[in-house]
Amino acid sequence: MTALLEIEGLTKAYPGVVANDAVSFSVQPGEVHALLGENGAGKSTLVKMIYGLVKPDRGAMRLRGAAYAPSEPRAARAAGVAMVFQHFSLFEALSVAENIALGMENPPKARDLAERIRSVSETYGLPLDPFRLVGDLSAGERQRVEIIRCLLQDPKLLIMDEPTSVLTPQEVEILFHTLRKLSSEGTAILYISHKLEEIRTLCDAATILRLGKKVGECTPREVTAAHMAELMVGKSLSVPARDDHEPGEVLLHVAGLSVTPASPFGMPLRHVGLEVRAGEVLGIGGVAGNGQDELLSALSGETPVSPGAITLQGQPVGHLGPNERRVLGLLCAPEERLGHAAAPDMSLTENAVLTGRIRQGLDAHGFVNWGKARGFAEAIIARFDVRTPGPGVAARALSGGNLQKFVIGREILQDPTVLVVNQPTWGVDASAAAAIRQALLDLAQGGAAVIVISQDLDELLEISDRFCALNEGRLSAPRPARGLTMEEIGLMLGGAHDMHDVAAGAGA
Amino acid sequence: MIIDPVTLIVALITVSTPVLLAAIGELVVEKAGVLNLGVEGMMIMGAVCGFVTAHHTGSPLMAFVAGMGGAAALAMLFAVLTQLLMANQVASGLALTLFGLGLAALIGVGYGGLPVPPVSRPFPEALRDIPVAGPILFSHSTLTYVALILVAAVWYVLTRTRIGLILRAVGENHDAAHALGYKVVRIRILAILFGGACAGLGGAFLSVVRVQNWFEGMTAGAGWIALALVVFASWKPWRVLLGAWLFGGIAALQLRLQAVEVGVPVALLDASPYLVTILVLVIISSDRSRAALNAPAALGRVFHASS
Repeated sequence: MTALLEIEGLTKAYPGVVANDAVSFSVQPGEVHALLGENGAGKSTLVKMIYGLVKPDRGAMRLRGAAYAPSEPRAARAAGVAMVFQHFSLFEALSVAENIALGMENPPKARDLAERIRSVSETYGLPLDPFRLVGDLSAGERQRVEIIRCLLQDPKLLIMDEPTSVLTPQEVEILFHTLRKLSSEGTAILYISHKLEEIRTLCDAATILRLGKKVGECTPREVTAAHMAELMVGKSLSVPARDDHEPGEVLLHVAGLSVTPASPFGMPLRHVGLEVRAGEVLGIGGVAGNGQDELLSALSGETPVSPGAITLQGQPVGHLGPNERRVLGLLCAPEERLGHAAAPDMSLTENAVLTGRIRQGLDAHGFVNWGKARGFAEAIIARFDVRTPGPGVAARALSGGNLQKFVIGREILQDPTVLVVNQPTWGVDASAAAAIRQALLDLAQGGAAVIVISQDLDELLEISDRFCALNEGRLSAPRPARGLTMEEIGLMLGGAHDMHDVAAGAGA
Repeated sequence: MIIDPVTLIVALITVSTPVLLAAIGELVVEKAGVLNLGVEGMMIMGAVCGFVTAHHTGSPLMAFVAGMGGAAALAMLFAVLTQLLMANQVASGLALTLFGLGLAALIGVGYGGLPVPPVSRPFPEALRDIPVAGPILFSHSTLTYVALILVAAVWYVLTRTRIGLILRAVGENHDAAHALGYKVVRIRILAILFGGACAGLGGAFLSVVRVQNWFEGMTAGAGWIALALVVFASWKPWRVLLGAWLFGGIAALQLRLQAVEVGVPVALLDASPYLVTILVLVIISSDRSRAALNAPAALGRVFHASS
């Protein structure tokens, strides 16, 4: 049998970094092939070359035995290669059908297209109403839009870039079911992920990348997850350690917190209530877009709420702004590193001043004490192993993981009473993620209360004492994290919640 | 003396045409995600190029083509600056207005008060003499009808065709459009050129048809009104028409009110179209989330095609 796609010696270099260094592998027809590696291992660049978005410097590709060098995505699609992106390439203000038409070469008339969308979505168990605005869809539904857009092209090879990072466990099951059906029909799937258990359940073969080089290949069903992790990271990882302890007094209390979102596609918070105690880590799980950003900005003080909605050690703080809350010891680290947690073009020292000014006493009489500020930045860099030439470097110049260590470290070193972090390890490589988790645990150990908002359920189970789920702006009652199964968590997150929504939407 | 509603409506339509042309062009530009604040500069370039050409060739058609060409050339400058050299759109647009005003003044030296050929009207005398409907529907110059057809065409293309869908997609999320393989920069440059040509046509209408004269600064803020109209219309073509008529109506009305000497200071009457525009904008923008729903999400953001 000839391979569907053969890749030989593919190389792509960007200024200062070789994203792919002579990578070779092949994908058979109907095979689910995993591309495994950490962030920055070169997975995305590799598939962008296959999809025609990036031109390789060297190397050759063959599709069904014929030379294949797509100059643009259009050519790749024409050759039977389709791709579902990690960050959805969708247009929020356009309808499902319009979004799908944009990804097709010769879209049929609007009405026929809607019919085809309906029939394909039923065939593959992915219910979807063609006339809804994408901005109103959940993350899982948005992914269906992308998948159906690809399926309408009748692809021979479907590339999926981190498809499960935004799905509930039940939605992941539905997705895998669809992918297995596709593969049984002869469509090959190139599946990019760093989630090892997923790859072991789904994939027939795996190619492992590290720092742009292919470091191994394996049959995922026949090896352990630990073995793949070692290949991927290049060393074995330690699981964060913690001692058992009794939580102390309630430090942060939230009751009846309702917030209307600032943007048209935001999610309102509905009567959110929670409390965290000294020495405790509260994990808040949920699929993106269910109110995480709104919750963080209400807790940080960016969105002022009524005074009594949030109390810190018995003191009402709901009406206070971020700086006043910092004085009292409530610190936050938002999800978006560049532009929210840190000012991209300002140096690390300047960024350290931005949130550390008050608690660290970095200014006096309106003048910044730069010496002290630099010292604080250097302390963060040393304590959290931030890899950077020095505190004068612009935040933008740091890699995602290093900047995240800096941003989280900046808050931790200010000795918070309560720390709230949103997606602390998003897009961070495994060793940096482990370091950040350990730092959060250490902080709780020292008597602070920590709230971790995350979409990574494994992470939450690893570090939380109690777990609650954020779904459509509502927060579930907390449950002890220990002993919680993925299935239970999935139901707390609303299960495959949009299935019945779609039926209702179509009937309306 | 009372104000005759028929002549008022006729005047309203004439006054609103240049603003309408410029605004419908800018709407397309903004739908593609580009904010071009140089409308005023492009309009006056259209006015001077149109007037000079009309005087020399005696052909209104040539004048309109020249007006569009002159303004589109200025728009091309903006396109190169913002799309290829990634310059800031707000600063470039403001510079374009200043540059256009100055360049137009230079080109137009000595042309003030020179004669231009009359413009043809498409409908015969008999139709124009029908009471009430005649003047309102059939008395205008060809370009006025062209402007209305243009509004309908822009609406149709934006909402019903694939080209329109792609244009909206580029203005909504340029990274996603790029990932799908659409040529973001090329589409935007074409939109900017279209916007420039429309603004130039509006300017040429002003100098060749409506005023039939050239003087410095004759657009008198019409380009800025056009920009405001696009927001006022929540980026919807038919509402641009409505807004243009509202602005034109007040402008035409206040001139007549000045003539009948109502007890309102002339300066205040002069300012009234602008005041009403500001007022309506404030009311429209008061519901922020609804206005944001129609606004192109990538408006004014610099697109840089990284890998």
